[in-house]
Amino acid sequence: MRRAFWIAAALVAVGVPLLHPNSYVLDVIAKAYITAIAVYGLNVILGYTGLLNLGHAAFFAIGAYGVALLEKNAGWPFWPALLAGCLGSVVLGFFVGIISLRTRGNYFAIFTAAIGVMISIVLTNADKITGGNVGIVAIPPPPNIGPVSFADDIPKYYLVLAILVFAVAVCALVRNSLVGRTFVAIADNEDLARATGVDVPRTKLVAFMLSTFLAGLAGGVYAAYVGFLGPDQSGLDVTFQQLLFLVVGGIGTISGPLLGTLLLEGVSQWLQGVQQYRFIIFGPLLVVLVIFFPHGIAGGLARLQRRIAPRGPTPSARTANAPEAAAS
Amino acid sequence: MHLFFQELLNGLVVGSIYALVALGLALIYGTMGVPNFAHGHLYMLGAYVAFAGVTIAHIGYWPSMLAAIVVLALVGVLLERLVFRPLRNAPEVNTIIAAVGVLFFLQQFAQLLFGGDYRVFPTPYDKVVHFGGLVATQQQLIVIVAAAVLMIILFWFLKRTLTGATIEAVAQNRAGAALVGIDTDRVSMMVFAISAGLAAAAATLIASINLISPSMGFSVILKAFAIIVLGGMGSVPGAILGAFILAFAESFGGTYISTSYQDAIAFAVLVIILTVRPTGLFAKGT
Amino acid sequence: MSTTRSAAEATNGAPLLDVRDVTKRFGGLVAVDSVSFSVDAGHIKAIIGPNGAGKSTLFNLISGFYPLTSGSMSFDGEEIAGLPMHAIARRGVARTFQTTSLFSHLTVLDNAMMGYRMHTKSALFDVLLRTPRTRREERESRERAFEALRFAGIEPFADRVAGSIPQEAQKRLAIAVAVASDPRLVLLDEPVAGVTSEETDAHAELIRTMARRGHTICLVEHKMNLVMGLADSIVVLHHGRKIAEGTPAQVSADPAVIEAYLGAASHA
Repeated sequence: MRRAFWIAAALVAVGVPLLHPNSYVLDVIAKAYITAIAVYGLNVILGYTGLLNLGHAAFFAIGAYGVALLEKNAGWPFWPALLAGCLGSVVLGFFVGIISLRTRGNYFAIFTAAIGVMISIVLTNADKITGGNVGIVAIPPPPNIGPVSFADDIPKYYLVLAILVFAVAVCALVRNSLVGRTFVAIADNEDLARATGVDVPRTKLVAFMLSTFLAGLAGGVYAAYVGFLGPDQSGLDVTFQQLLFLVVGGIGTISGPLLGTLLLEGVSQWLQGVQQYRFIIFGPLLVVLVIFFPHGIAGGLARLQRRIAPRGPTPSARTANAPEAAAS
Repeated sequence: MHLFFQELLNGLVVGSIYALVALGLALIYGTMGVPNFAHGHLYMLGAYVAFAGVTIAHIGYWPSMLAAIVVLALVGVLLERLVFRPLRNAPEVNTIIAAVGVLFFLQQFAQLLFGGDYRVFPTPYDKVVHFGGLVATQQQLIVIVAAAVLMIILFWFLKRTLTGATIEAVAQNRAGAALVGIDTDRVSMMVFAISAGLAAAAATLIASINLISPSMGFSVILKAFAIIVLGGMGSVPGAILGAFILAFAESFGGTYISTSYQDAIAFAVLVIILTVRPTGLFAKGT
Repeated sequence: MSTTRSAAEATNGAPLLDVRDVTKRFGGLVAVDSVSFSVDAGHIKAIIGPNGAGKSTLFNLISGFYPLTSGSMSFDGEEIAGLPMHAIARRGVARTFQTTSLFSHLTVLDNAMMGYRMHTKSALFDVLLRTPRTRREERESRERAFEALRFAGIEPFADRVAGSIPQEAQKRLAIAVAVASDPRLVLLDEPVAGVTSEETDAHAELIRTMARRGHTICLVEHKMNLVMGLADSIVVLHHGRKIAEGTPAQVSADPAVIEAYLGAASHA
């Protein structure tokens, strides 16, 4: 079931440019993939560890500005710049994490929101470096690999897809591992986690850094893909939107971030003329989901599957898979 | 010296508005433990309701403000009833997510009705008043006086009326209050109504000094959180004190240090406080 | 768990846990007042006392859940006072909580695997690179977890979500999580609270088996009959102070203990 889902998804993703090589459609999907990478990052910290980082978009922006500035001002090629952008995001994540993870619950959300807005303000006001509100334009695309140029739509699409696959693989590997189980255990029962010998602050910090790594990765790819960048990418509303995608798709699941992002970005495209008012629908949708279906699409499907086939595979075959991951 | 007094006046005006907004946030946090991230957008909606009253219905400034307060009080009750009450026993994070859904809706709802541009809010009180060498607009003085009156009424209500006492009781101990027969659901609805009403009053008062726009809620909400963290999260006097401290820090910081980073002062304050005291200043239970 | 330690081998005669003049104040309230006692390896020690005697607080101090106000504690000859809870756990002190505390959204097997987590070293990079170490530790964790579930008699529930299994099985799972870490000392906080009397007997047997396998046990308990039949020795707390210590027979004959319990009963 799970395998079938991913194989089907992979076939569709690979097949789209071959069957329907429309540059507008490819562009919309590729951007949704990039957003999904950031949403995977949010899922690590919120879905696994249960902490709501409202400054998530600022880490996306650090990765994006890192790539843009290193490429434009320092003349770095894309790949080392991307690595540095991710690293910058993780290093910042380390320092922000050390301080913010000492707070709890609501304070953590408020604290990280403030950090995010401060980063936004700095990006807007340090206009000598960041270009202020105008931002940075003409960010070069990744260098050619052989005859393949990433200025073209189709190779660009596959590049983004490959990075998305990498991000999903990272999340899946972590989730079904000793480390991922420890993340989830902390969210579930922090006191018991400590009683079983888990160094809770340290483990949360690791989750936070992994989450900011994925945000930075998404940002770096975004900068080179879109080619221009402004401080609006770092705002609280961007984090809120990623949060919406995650909740719709399913917090804590492996497929949820991708499902939620593609679905809502797709619906937004379909709404066309009234697209700018999509939150009149999405806002109440978020409220209804969080009250009645807090597990989103993927979590809901997993529950449904368990109800239909409660016996499931034998324990030894199911091994470490957590309930949510089972059907996703 | 002249500049100093001018900034003092600005600080008083901005502080009065901050106080009204933060009070509402603190009341809700104090009684329900809910960090209402949609509070800034209630403030925004209040400004637009009053704006409609003045420019469309032409009912005049004060009746428009009253209309905004009443409409927002109702919106507050609806929010408590439809959104926050069903989430009372849900994880804290879910409450924040729901509030995010609400603010998305409110912002685009306002945008749909009034457009996304900045609007000028007309005021009949645009004359300039001179005191010696000092200059103030009538509207600035109205803000200070009206905010003070509203706060006095609120204090009187909380301290001197039976209904107000039930709010205080719930703030101190929700379970205990329920045990002695206080209808905590009713108190929650009332607190949401008061909170949203205060935000509407604040927004109407400041609207003609600043411009209004559907996104004005974002800049206010985090400042209000900074204020109530500074003031001790659920504390009403703390919220007022925090509001004026922040407002003076901003107006003097903006003048004497840097205008472009004026807006960052609130967040710097927030970050410093939570760095030094991760459970907030004067946290309950420590 | 495969290794069954004998009491003598573990300690060379010194007590496994030695608590000296431990005090805990919450503001003006003295919850635990200069309590001293020790637990010998391989023994079952019970801590009893009327409600509010400070029994659970004492456990929370030993496990590092609360910091001490004053006093000292040594475990296996090393000072543990002031260590964070996870560090004490890693030295071999497992505990259960009074209200059954589980990772309620994880499966029963995952719960038990978390119990063994402290013996695994896999970090993020091991997991991302699927190193041999992480594969081995993953396998080892699963084996140890199944062993612990079998021991607690709840293996058939392995695949269920912990929060969905019966109350009594949840209590057994809490014990399995503790046992999976192969602890030297297990602190059981009211292990049979809310359990029927037949089930109580089964739990008592489970606790005895734990002791036979070499886990030293220290338990806080309300039900006197369970304690009398189970414990090698008993510490009695009253108003945060130790008022008696000895074998079940000695303690039940102690006038101070009778006074404390009768006094508490007449006030209740």
